Parts: sequence; C-alpha cells; structure tokens
Amino acid sequence: MTTVEEPKTTTFDDNDQTPVGFGRMLRKEDPRLLRGRGRFTDDVQLPGMLHLAILRSPFAHARVVSVDTSAAEAAPGVKAVVTGETLKGLGLAWMPTLSNDVQAVLATDKVRFQGQEVAFVVAEDRYAARDALELIDVEYEVLDPVIDVRRSLEPGAPLIRDDLEGKTDNHCFDWETGDEAETEAVFARADVVVKEDIVYPRVHPAPMETCGAVADFDAVEGKLKLWSTTQAPHAHRTLYAIVAGLPEHKIQVIAPDIGGGFGNKVPIYPGYVCAIVGSIVTGKPVKWMEDRSENLISTGFARDYIMRGEIAATRDGKILAIRTNVLADHGAFNGTAAPVKYPAGFFGVFTGSYDIEAAYCKMTAVYTNKAPGGVAYACSFRITEAVYLVERIVDCLAAELDMDPAELRLKNFIQPDQFPYTTKTGWVYDSGNYEPTMRQAMDIAGYAELRAEQAEKRARGELMGIGISFFTEAVGAGPRKNMDILGLGMADGCELRVHPTGKAVVRLSVKTQGQGHETTFAQIVAEEIGIPPADIEVVHGDTDQTPFGLGTYGSRSTPVSGAAAALVARKVRDKAQIIASAMLEVTVADLEWAKGAFQVKGDPGKSVTIQQIAMRAHGAGDLPEGIEGGLEAQICYNPSNLTYPHGAYICVVDIDPGTAQVKVRRFIAVDDCGTRINPMIIEGQVHGGLTDGVGMALMEMIAFDEDGNCLGASLMDYLIPTALEVPDWETGYTVTPSPHHPIGAKGVGESATVGSPPAIVNAVVDALKPFGVRHADMPLTPSRVWDAMRGRATPPI
Amino acid sequence: MQVPAPFEYERATSVDQAIGLLERLGSSARLVAGGHSLLPMMKLRLANFDYLIDINPLHAELGYIRLTADDVRIGALTRHRELLESDELAAAFPIFRDAERVIADPVVRNRGTLGGSLCQADPSEDLSAVCTTLDASCVIRGPGGAERVVTMEEFHVGPYETAVGDDEMLTEVRLPLRAGGGSAYEKVERRAGDWAVVSAGAAVWLAADGTIADARVGLAAVGPNTTGIPQISAALRGRAPAEELYEQAGAIAARSCDPATDQRGSADYKRHLADELTRRTLRTAVVRARS
Repeated sequence: MTTVEEPKTTTFDDNDQTPVGFGRMLRKEDPRLLRGRGRFTDDVQLPGMLHLAILRSPFAHARVVSVDTSAAEAAPGVKAVVTGETLKGLGLAWMPTLSNDVQAVLATDKVRFQGQEVAFVVAEDRYAARDALELIDVEYEVLDPVIDVRRSLEPGAPLIRDDLEGKTDNHCFDWETGDEAETEAVFARADVVVKEDIVYPRVHPAPMETCGAVADFDAVEGKLKLWSTTQAPHAHRTLYAIVAGLPEHKIQVIAPDIGGGFGNKVPIYPGYVCAIVGSIVTGKPVKWMEDRSENLISTGFARDYIMRGEIAATRDGKILAIRTNVLADHGAFNGTAAPVKYPAGFFGVFTGSYDIEAAYCKMTAVYTNKAPGGVAYACSFRITEAVYLVERIVDCLAAELDMDPAELRLKNFIQPDQFPYTTKTGWVYDSGNYEPTMRQAMDIAGYAELRAEQAEKRARGELMGIGISFFTEAVGAGPRKNMDILGLGMADGCELRVHPTGKAVVRLSVKTQGQGHETTFAQIVAEEIGIPPADIEVVHGDTDQTPFGLGTYGSRSTPVSGAAAALVARKVRDKAQIIASAMLEVTVADLEWAKGAFQVKGDPGKSVTIQQIAMRAHGAGDLPEGIEGGLEAQICYNPSNLTYPHGAYICVVDIDPGTAQVKVRRFIAVDDCGTRINPMIIEGQVHGGLTDGVGMALMEMIAFDEDGNCLGASLMDYLIPTALEVPDWETGYTVTPSPHHPIGAKGVGESATVGSPPAIVNAVVDALKPFGVRHADMPLTPSRVWDAMRGRATPPI
Repeated sequence: MQVPAPFEYERATSVDQAIGLLERLGSSARLVAGGHSLLPMMKLRLANFDYLIDINPLHAELGYIRLTADDVRIGALTRHRELLESDELAAAFPIFRDAERVIADPVVRNRGTLGGSLCQADPSEDLSAVCTTLDASCVIRGPGGAERVVTMEEFHVGPYETAVGDDEMLTEVRLPLRAGGGSAYEKVERRAGDWAVVSAGAAVWLAADGTIADARVGLAAVGPNTTGIPQISAALRGRAPAEELYEQAGAIAARSCDPATDQRGSADYKRHLADELTRRTLRTAVVRARS
C-alpha cells in the first residue's frame, strides 16, 4: 500500500511573521488565492463576450488542400469562422517567434505538427464554438513526417520548412562555445577519458492553468485590451505592436493571476493572436482558453537535447576538460524563448562548478514535425540540460575512477578566492563558496552512514542508491547590451510612490505566476524604507499601470526587478532624508537611518518617521530648496552581470529488485541564493522545484509515435508527480551574497528544478551499480529501470 | 476545460425506471454512475452518447455490502470508498482493501462504483481483476425485472465490452464464500493514481490438512481483458504451499498473458511483473489463509 509518512516537525526560530524587511511571513496574495477570490484570465467576463475554439491538425505533416467552413458558419451561435487564408488577407497568417524564426498563426500551406492551429470559430458560448469545429471540413494530403531527430538531416528526409526561401534541409542552426583545439589537446594528454550518451527527453511544463486570453478591441477608441496568461506583459505588448501594426499606446496587456507559468507562458502563441483577430472581426470581446490537451500538444515544451558528454581527468581525479556534442530538437518552428544572441540559452555553463582547463560544445539544432518551443519548464534558459550533462558525466567519471562522487566533486570545485571566476566558455561567476554548501548537505544526509547502510544492503541483495548533484546556475538576464528579445533589452523598471499617510505602492515590470512577488517585493521595499510590508501594495502585470521591463522567467525577478525595487526605494529614502533634515533642522549629514526613521546622530530622541516625512512631502509646509513635493521615484535597472546561485543536493532511493520501482526515500537540498528575502517562500519554491525534478527523473516525457502522434496529450498519459511520490524534503542553506546585486540576492525559482534531476538519476544509477549500470536515461519508469537491470537500457528517443 | 458533445441528461428514480429508459433509448443512452471514466472519455469526444441516465439517485437501492451464509453480495452502486472502508469485506476478502488502496485517489474513490468499474471493462481495471480472482458472478437485470447471473468470464466480452445488453443493468456482484480462504492484490503503477502497469490478485483456499484446495489468480493490464488463469488453479490444487509452487505459478502467469508494449512499459517487463506479482500475491494469500 501507499503510505504517507508523518512529516518531521520543524521549528522555525526565525518565524515571527512580522518582518519589516526580510524574514518569514505568510504571502500577502494567499488569502485571495486560498479563498477562491483570485482572478485568472478565465475569470474575466465582459458584456457581450464571445468564445473562441481552435481547430487543430490531426496530422504531424500534411498539405492543407482545402478548408470548407460553410457548415460551421451556418451552425447555431457561430459568429465567425477564420482560416489561414483569411489571415493571409490581413497579413497575419505568420508571426515572428522569439528566436527570429516565423510561426504560422493558422496554417495556410502545410501543417507541421500534430495540434497545429488550422482555423478558429468564434461563437456565443464555448460549447457552440467547440461543436462547430466538428463541422469544418479540411482536406489534407498527408506527408511523411520527420519524427526521429537523429534522421532529420539525412539526405532525402522530408523537408519541413519549405516556407523559408531557399531552405533545402531541416537544419535549424549550429552553435558552438569554448575552444575546440585547446580542448582536444587536453583530452589527448588526459589519463582518463569517459564518454556517455545522455538524453534529456522532451518534457512539458504543464501548468495547472492552461494558456488563454480575452481580447477586447474597441474600434471607436482604436484600443486593444488583452487579458492573457503571460509572464512578460510588456514584451508581449511591444511584439503585438510590431506584429499587428497597432500603435503601442493603444494596446493594454493585462496578466491577471496566473496559475503557474514555468516558462510555458513566455512565448506568444497563435491562440492569443487568434483572440485578437476574433475581437477585431466580430467587434466583441473574445475569450480563448486552451483545454488541457491543447496545452500539452501545442505549447512550449522543454529540453529535447541529445547530448554526448565527454570528460577528461587525471588518474587521481582532477577534472581537466569537458566536451559535448548536442543534437537539439526544436520542433516545427524555432519558438525558443531565449535572449536572441543565445540560441542555446545558457547551455554554455555546462562546465558546472568545477575549475577546469578547457571546454568545448558543438550543437546542431534541427526542425522536426513536433510542437515548437524549447525553453520552458523552469530551466533557466537550458541550464537544466547543462547541469544534467555535467553532473551525470562527473558521476560516470567517479564510477570509472572508482572514486566517491562527493570526494570527486570536492576535489574539483572552484575555490572561494577564485571568484569572480571566468569559465572556459566565458561566463563570469559572480560569487560562490561551494565546499560549505556541499559539506552541509553531506552532514544533513549523514553521508558516511548512508554509504555504510548501502554497503550492508548491497551485501543482502537490496538496492539502495545515493545520488549527488552540485549545481551553479546563471540567472537574472541581462545586461541589456548582451541580452535582448527581438531587440528589447533585458532590463526592468520599478516605480515607488509613498502616499501622504505613509503607505506605499510599488509597481513592477515583472509578473508573478505563483512565486510570491506581492510579498517578496513588499519586503524588499520594506527593508529599504522601513514601511511594513502590509502597508505596501505591489502592482504588476498591467502594462498601463507599470513601468516597462522584460518579465518573469529564468529566475530573473529578484536578480533584476528585485534590484530595481531596492534601488528605487533607496532613491525615495535619499529624498526622505533631505526632507527629514529640514524637519529636524539639521544637515543631511547629521542624520542616520534607523529603519523606518531618520534620527539625529547622537540624539536618537530627535527623529522623524518615514510616515511623518511622507506627510510633510505632501503637506502645506515648506520643503527644502530644490525639492519637489511628493515622495516617489522611478528607475530602470540594467544588471551588470547575471547572478550565480548554487546548491548541493543529495538523493537517497530504494529500488524494489522484483518490480524495479524507484522510491525516493530522502532528498536533501542545500541552496545558496545569496541574501534570503523570505525563507518560507524560498523553501516553497525549492519544494516545488524538487517535485518537478522527481517528475522529470521518474515519469515525465512527451513521446511521439512514428506518425508523429503526441502520446502525452492528457494528464492520464503525461504523468506529473503527486505528494505520494515525494519524500519529506530536507532543506538547508548557505549565504554567499552576490557582489553586484544591491541587496546581495540571487535568483532561486528554478534552482531545484535544475539541480534535482541529476541527483535522482545519479541515485538510481548508483543503486544499479551491482548490475554494472553506468547510465540510464530519464524517465526512469519501472520498465526502463528493469531494462537497465537487464543490461539493455535504450534511450527513450 | 474540455467540452463534450451535446447530450440529454436524466436522473433515474428507480432501477426499473432506468431500465425502462434504456429500453426506449437503446444504444444511444448510457448509464452514468461515478462517471470518472465515462465523462473524461466524453470530454475528449472519444465517447459520444445522446443520453446519459444518472443512476446516482439509486444509491440507497444499489449501494450495499451484505454477507449471507454462502456469499458476499455487493450492490453495483457501492462506492470505492465504501469497499475500502468495509471491515466485513476486508475480513472476508482482504484483496478488496489491498486493491482499493491503490485505485486512483480519494476524490475518485468517493464517487466511483463497483458496477461502473466492471461495466467500463477496461483491461487495466483493478476491480475486474479482483472479481475475476474471487470467481464472482454478476447479476444483470433487464426489462420487466428479469434477472440473469453470469460469471466474470462471461461478463467481459472484450476490451470495453460486457455481456450487459443495451436495455440491461448490472445490479449486483456476488462473491462466493468458502472456508480456509485468503487473498491479496498487488499493483505496479508508474505513479499513484495511474492505471496499472500490471496488477495481480490471488486467492487461495486451504484444506484442513494445509494443502491448497483451490487457488485463483487474476491479472490486469496484460491482455484484452482482466485474465483469470485456470492453468494456475490446476497446477496449485492439492499441493502444499511452497516457494517453488509460487514460482511455478508465476511462470505460468508470465506465459499465459498477452501484454503489449506501451508508455507504461515493455511487453517483456509486463510479463516479468505478471510472474513477480503472482508469486507475491500467492505468498501473501497463503499467509492470510493460515491466520
């Protein structure tokens, strides 16, 4: 039977719940969300609103011969039926992707993946719209699909992107990083070289809320209001202006509450554009909400990297070089959401946390007849793949050297005095102190005792595994000169206004999807100006209400927007200090800040609170020379570098030798994300990410059959983990502040998703050591583990 | 939200009234009980019916677990949760509680029913395997109150197909009580709440001398129907329980089943599980029969 173990009781000494600044406090957004008073896109109801449903291709690759919409148009309640041909007339049949490719909004020439958008119906209600889809008659000429990524570049492979001029094959792009010759030289002189083929299969973020939009185009005002499930409302607004030709000041994008994003809600999907067109065509507000299957088969997938990893080392375990060759499946359109100069995202950090002499990566990306996407699922722009590669191959090396994997890692860490550390692929790690983090994880785990227990169990024929992963992440994109999305620099604005009574409103360019921005950002501002978080309203998600910025993904909210919030608060505090000096009739230099008040140095009795200052700033009394009324400021923060959080994860698994089922018995996660703003929120994010990791390691995969049918089109087929598959998480932390971030914080949202899969896979492989297993690919379902035990583990793709 | 095709809905007021509706509407109508299989299929438009007859109002009439001298009788509308929580049922047939603990999740178990599970006739369905293991018989009622009783073998005609006619309803399942019995169920799933990769039920009845008077094994997810394996019964009858015997039974199970490779696992792995789980459940069933 499935049993639920009682969680261990934890005491939180730091849990006073009333921080004026950093510390544990319950989330300000939770009363609304927990009481069912959240307002999500599907909750938006407008007078006269119509509903939109999309007809999707049943085939992976087919020519669209004809589309007959007459029966659908005649169906009861139907207001409009729109096809690719209609959009062609409007110049909207194709749209740019975030990676400088184009993607069909509605198919005109061909369908290129199962689930591709072919036509849409707008009707009085959702049922009528859906029923009318059945009446659209599409004639397809089915073509051979390209499903096996390894065969996509073979001569004679069906050509997918014949829409691109001069295109003769399915090649998408090549990319390389590091020094090929130098790396080859180091490999040539190494004592030991280990090579392993490692697959990170296609997975899907599967947020609880699917994607959707409500478009309301007011023809008289010429204004478009769009509620949509977007992690980046400002970037979307600008792109709509570019794509649809609408003037940007006449577009308002509102991201209301979002039920999970994980990167799935970064791209602009055809459905959003269809909703806009639907509203323009009908003159009414139009709602489109995907159903679960549509979300799984057509929206941004993640991973799909086939990697050959190679590692070179000395016989005594000094890692010298890492090299990899990657085949990347980008689906039918290159819809990767990453900074444009980084077509492989931040995969370049595949050198991990180790001080090595050389590194090189060569990547080939290809088109296949599968859904587009490529960067999603809390991956920090492909760092998930990079960390998986390096942490897996380091374990393979440990096995080859017959060396303890913890010892091997400890021996090769970048040392604290080497920071800032420039990697062999050009990344500048800002700060880190790896050994204490690793030691803490080993202490919590009782590493030596676990190894002893494992030895005893092995002697009895029981299968127990201990897996380690140590990761360094690179999060918080920009700076703007290096990183942009279609020319929009990755920087973020922030605006802070203190009201006369000393309450405040802070407006962000980023957007929460569950991360707790309304709490965290209030705490950041509180820390700087001493106004309690409860008195600070956080406004975000509405482009008419917030300053411009690039949005929330890649764990960038705290590193970028969090810095903006701290700096804008300091700007306000500086002004408050000048006003305080007038109020106390001393010079600015005579004042010192005592969180929430300015006091005269040496005379704490003489002070004014930030609330008193706020009233003065808005009052009738005189203000110092040159100081305007009001107490507010705005800035745009352009980060000087990414932040580099790190962590040490240890996983303990037991495998039933008879059924090959894996049970994750323990999981220890020690994270270092620099300064900790709200430890409860950090732990929550870590718990969620670890659960994601269990899903990817053990059960998740978007698979296709040979005809290109998606085999993961429902949550019955695409499994995501439940509370029953995960242990009671054991977390710890160290603090290595970021030197360039105003409050020393680093991102943490994706750390656990990035760091946990290799720990789990390493644990499973470790458990299977008696069977001679050195590698087995995810997802490690019982069947695949059994195959591995029988010495015939084959890649899942 | 996934949207089913249009259908008409009526709540039943009695078993005979529901059968009357079925008689009138024929194959365009379907009974809905817990609805946890039927409604998702309708939402995906894999199943389309013009009429749904909701028999949940009949729970008072069809929701029961009754022990008689000869058998246990369970009403078709008895919910998973009631099966899980019944101490009487667990005492007579521990296999039921074993199985119910691994069927779906509490939300589904609150609504799903025994009759619905059997009538869905999914080859991976747990209670079908349990009923096959226990040599259950099914009471089917038709127009005019006519009742017939069929065995599980007769009940399951093929995948998703049963012996219940368009104008009939499964009303009761009967499980024969025999002395010296013990039973057990094991399921391997990729994740809690998933359908079985493979599951196995075993029941043994020990004679006074400790030998096996009779034994039955039922497997799910290894063929077009949940499968009872008569060769195993034949091999075990009259023998003293022993590890070698379970191994022999496991080997027969692996040989006799017909699994297919799919997302849940390879056919080879499923055969292996048929073997492994047969041995495990027989072992437990014998221990339970002895206690």
